[in-house]
Amino acid sequence: MIEFKDICVWTGIVLFALMLPALYRVVVGPTAIDRIVAVNVIGTKTAVLLVVIGVIFDRVDMFVDFALAYALLNFIGSLAASRYLHKTPPSGGKAEPVTEIPPAAP
Amino acid sequence: MIVTLLSVVLILAGLVFFLGAAVGLVRFPDFYTRMHAAGKGDTLSSLLVVLGLAVWRLHDVHGLAGLREHWSILLVILKLLAICAFIMITSPTATHALMDAGFEDGIDPVIDGENNNALHGRRAQAPPADS
Repeated sequence: MIEFKDICVWTGIVLFALMLPALYRVVVGPTAIDRIVAVNVIGTKTAVLLVVIGVIFDRVDMFVDFALAYALLNFIGSLAASRYLHKTPPSGGKAEPVTEIPPAAP
Repeated sequence: MIVTLLSVVLILAGLVFFLGAAVGLVRFPDFYTRMHAAGKGDTLSSLLVVLGLAVWRLHDVHGLAGLREHWSILLVILKLLAICAFIMITSPTATHALMDAGFEDGIDPVIDGENNNALHGRRAQAPPADS
């Protein structure tokens, strides 16, 4: 009989193993925003992994608060990074107008 | 028993979607396609895994009267559902903000199949700002 906690242990291992491709994208990502997207993925998965660890240790009531705080911090961090890389002023209304892209040359 | 089975199915579905997100994040050719894979797969897999664990918390509760008795379990389930709602709102928002930043940063999409940048050098020039 397979216990549910064994399934949770393997779920955590698989989550961690699938974070490694995202870590690869963080290391070799061609642009800075690629890296930020991969860090965002890793952060969301860490919040999920915290809940899984809480189930393994029978302390979900404690770990779920950590996961909630981590998800909040991750969202704030990625928004701050995206606004930092934005070239338009953050107050809005001054963005350059989007004009049409000319058709491709034959 | 059926609660455990349902939660295992949800967790496995979440892991499958996360596998798709990870493969897409590595193998797609372009910033925008990578962001597509990361945003959608990441959101859905997080939702499914957390929802599976929230369903599993019901495994030793029998009926609504039992749920009123185990109010701490109900509190944990509500917090897990709050994480679900929070991820469902914030992850697409963060993806959209990062995509907007990338577009303003001048990252061009790859359009044809041979890694030639079809938009390169043909991005529309903004008219000169007067005043």
